[in-house]
Amino acid sequence: MNRDSNVYTVLYAAVLVVVVAAVLAVAAGALKEPQERNREIEKKMNILMSVGKASDVNQADDKNTYIENEYKKYIVEAFLVNANGVKTEGDAFNADLKAELKKAEKERLLPVFICNDNGTRQYIIPVRGAGLWGAIWGYISLKDDFNTVYGAVFDHAGETPGLGAEIAESDFQKQFSGKQIYRDGKFIAVEVIKNGSAPLNDYSVDGITGGTLTSKAVGKMLFDCLSNYTNFFDVQKQNN
Amino acid sequence: MSQKESLFSEKNIKLFTDPFNNGNPITVLVLGICSALAVTVKLQPAIVMGLSVTIVTGFSSYIISLLRNTIPNRIRIIVQLVVAASLVILVDQILKAYVYEVSKQLSVFVGLIITNCIIMGRIEAFALGNKPWPSLIDGLGNGAGYGMILVIVAFFRELLGSGTLFGLRIVPESFYVKAGGFYENNGMMVLPPAALILLGVIIWIHRSVNKKLVEK
Repeated sequence: MNRDSNVYTVLYAAVLVVVVAAVLAVAAGALKEPQERNREIEKKMNILMSVGKASDVNQADDKNTYIENEYKKYIVEAFLVNANGVKTEGDAFNADLKAELKKAEKERLLPVFICNDNGTRQYIIPVRGAGLWGAIWGYISLKDDFNTVYGAVFDHAGETPGLGAEIAESDFQKQFSGKQIYRDGKFIAVEVIKNGSAPLNDYSVDGITGGTLTSKAVGKMLFDCLSNYTNFFDVQKQNN
Repeated sequence: MSQKESLFSEKNIKLFTDPFNNGNPITVLVLGICSALAVTVKLQPAIVMGLSVTIVTGFSSYIISLLRNTIPNRIRIIVQLVVAASLVILVDQILKAYVYEVSKQLSVFVGLIITNCIIMGRIEAFALGNKPWPSLIDGLGNGAGYGMILVIVAFFRELLGSGTLFGLRIVPESFYVKAGGFYENNGMMVLPPAALILLGVIIWIHRSVNKKLVEK
């Protein structure tokens, strides 16, 4: 057949695409399991890091086992809460935060993880929002007064390296511990502000120089996500 | 080329070794600079990146060479891209499954291997006109030549910028000013400009050793 004919060219392209698609589909299917396992381990690691655990993960011989063991040791409870702040049954670990946040506020079922370290409990809340270029997410942990932040970790899909991407660095994250999410009884979450525009206090952290939009997005994410839990906090405070 | 030529004939060996010296894709042809700046902060990602590019250049050249007598001329470039892109996706999926941490560090740069001029360059310049075996060798050699430069740059950047190699501490903790010592890491080494400067130095050294490369 003539290699320059239209029929040949179209057929060639069609066959090539089908073959390539088949190869990629098989590969994606075969590698799905280890990829999902990696994601699960990463999620567990982030949950642990938000309460300051798993810090020496890089020294562990077998990272996966180490994370699994730490997770079993510290994370004692995981459940979903509804809009009224009442615990409900469900798979908290695999809850799809992105899908839940799209629902109407009344219908959301949001996960809470509880860390128990020698009797002191921290409440870990996953957060998710929109950064400058893509999604940002993380975990923030609260002490059992449901006001003081214990720790926080953040990650991002594609913020600018060296600028917005710095939210994933511990220098930014460690500022959060000890901050308060209520000011004079009013819920404000933690504000991320530009240093110099206002003095830093117990309710705010310093944003990233050159990463103002991402920094603001972190503040907004915290406010939007944590505000879903205010009823839960109230219920827990009454019980205490 | 005669059919009886051995697989490791002098000519074929030269295809593999040339990219390490006279035909180095980075220092001589100045291709693939962008990723060389981005993934050389630490040794481990640099090595993984070098291997990934070697595999993609080698096998895309091989596959295109196998197909070279069937490819319709008008969609030649598209066919090359489809083959190279599929290999890149395969490599990306494998990295995600087995070296998740490294694949996170390499982030978009694995996907961007497809834009690495070395791959398309070798396919267009070599694989389309040569038999599969020499094409494979040529592709692997060029990928490895690229990887070699990446590793050299990453070695210095990690050592001087973080005081570690493969994440293991080389400069003792007690040397640092923080711990009462006299030493501090060179902060610029972890930034992309340092890679550019190091590359310049490597090209300089390469040219002063190999006079053939100096333009008259």
